[in-house]
Amino acid sequence: MIEVVHSQKLKTAQEAVERIQDGDSLLVGGFGLTGTPFTLIDTITEQDRARNLTIISNNLGEAGKGLGKLLNSGHIRKAVGSYFTSNRDAVQAWSRGELEIELIPQGTLAEAIRAGGAGIAAFYTKTGVGTSLGAGKEERVFCGERHLLVEGIRAKVAIIRAYKADTLGNLVYFKTARNFNPVMATAADLVIAEVDEIVEAGQLEPEQIVTPHSYVDILVINDRYEKVGGTYVERSVEPG
Amino acid sequence: MNPDEIRKRIARRIALELESGMVVNLGVGIPTLIQDFLQPNHGVFLQSENGLLGMGPTPPDDEFDMDLISASKHPITLEPGASIFSSSDSFAMIRGGHIDVAVMGALQVSERGEIANWSIPGQDILGVGGAMDLVASAKTMMIAINHLTKDSKPKLVRNLSYPTSGIRFAQKVIDGGERIFIENSRMILREIAPDCTLEEISATTEAHFEVAEDLKTMPVTPHAMGSGIA
Repeated sequence: MIEVVHSQKLKTAQEAVERIQDGDSLLVGGFGLTGTPFTLIDTITEQDRARNLTIISNNLGEAGKGLGKLLNSGHIRKAVGSYFTSNRDAVQAWSRGELEIELIPQGTLAEAIRAGGAGIAAFYTKTGVGTSLGAGKEERVFCGERHLLVEGIRAKVAIIRAYKADTLGNLVYFKTARNFNPVMATAADLVIAEVDEIVEAGQLEPEQIVTPHSYVDILVINDRYEKVGGTYVERSVEPG
Repeated sequence: MNPDEIRKRIARRIALELESGMVVNLGVGIPTLIQDFLQPNHGVFLQSENGLLGMGPTPPDDEFDMDLISASKHPITLEPGASIFSSSDSFAMIRGGHIDVAVMGALQVSERGEIANWSIPGQDILGVGGAMDLVASAKTMMIAINHLTKDSKPKLVRNLSYPTSGIRFAQKVIDGGERIFIENSRMILREIAPDCTLEEISATTEAHFEVAEDLKTMPVTPHAMGSGIA
């Protein structure tokens, strides 16, 4: 049994996932499996209503883990991210023509999401100039250097992983599990944050808060995974 | 020598290139071995693209925490004074020109220093990661590379046949047998490992290279590199 301080934003993973529609675009936090909202992802794999998802995430987890699970359950139509090679299932699904992939350099991806969340329609970057990933993109020279135009990215829903929330929905993160999560919290119509713990508002130092509560719509408790020997594993007992 | 030993040799040699005060990004692959081969009190600030400045060595097995990882997704530690930030802040640091040295792997390097490190024609490589951001914006680039591909083809080539990672050039290339500087679009062999000959290197390198007048022997064993190196 996990003790939970109540928050008006708190929902079950099931209730949260019902807000996702067939064909939606989803920003999903994480770098590999670190900082991945495992409980929310598993809950999406168990429902049939919202399939054909476009997943915007740095990777598709690993084979059979994290977003790798959602790929294998047939919920993903398209993946947008920077590095899919580390999930052999994703590479195979792509070569069979079952998965569309859009490859974006990691920094361009991060900045496009930042821009999307900050109301910046597009920006210019040197990254990718002269490469096949930059081919066909609008180019402009600033200060004597070539730049590519990149449009901001937003999604219908963001599912992110934080460490702790307070009852208002302010978020703090744990070590490098922060990665894409804070920026993704800014760039979706609906933001669902999976956390290990909720504390009373006022218990987090204002200077410590990374994601202010106004970005967060729904809080979900991670009740399916626990860290054992430094690695996240499914809890052996049914969540109480 | 087995491939693992060669990777360690390269990481050890590159560790010697890094100076106190430098901000150094370590890329996926061989570069993320380097944190284990720096001297004590090295003063180098290691940056990891996933949002960390102040990366420390690999922890002992019983202190693994998969919430604290390198770009290669392996467990690491935090040095005193380390800071953690988001991916967008991390790449602002990279793209904004705040990285002194990027150490990265490569599939090919041309004799002018062009880098191909994300895609092989005809193969399913669906990853670019942070490579292009670093090529576009790091102040200098060092390449940590195996001398030959898995099917024994030269990686140091006259012109890239693999897709390029950008329009900026690397300054140094270090593999298991040699340390090469690229100056004015020319490769110059500066060091050669004691178990390699110039003939072997010439026979397995497609790129034109010059041999430095003061060609040195590459320090390759922990003993030759001074005490304190793992």
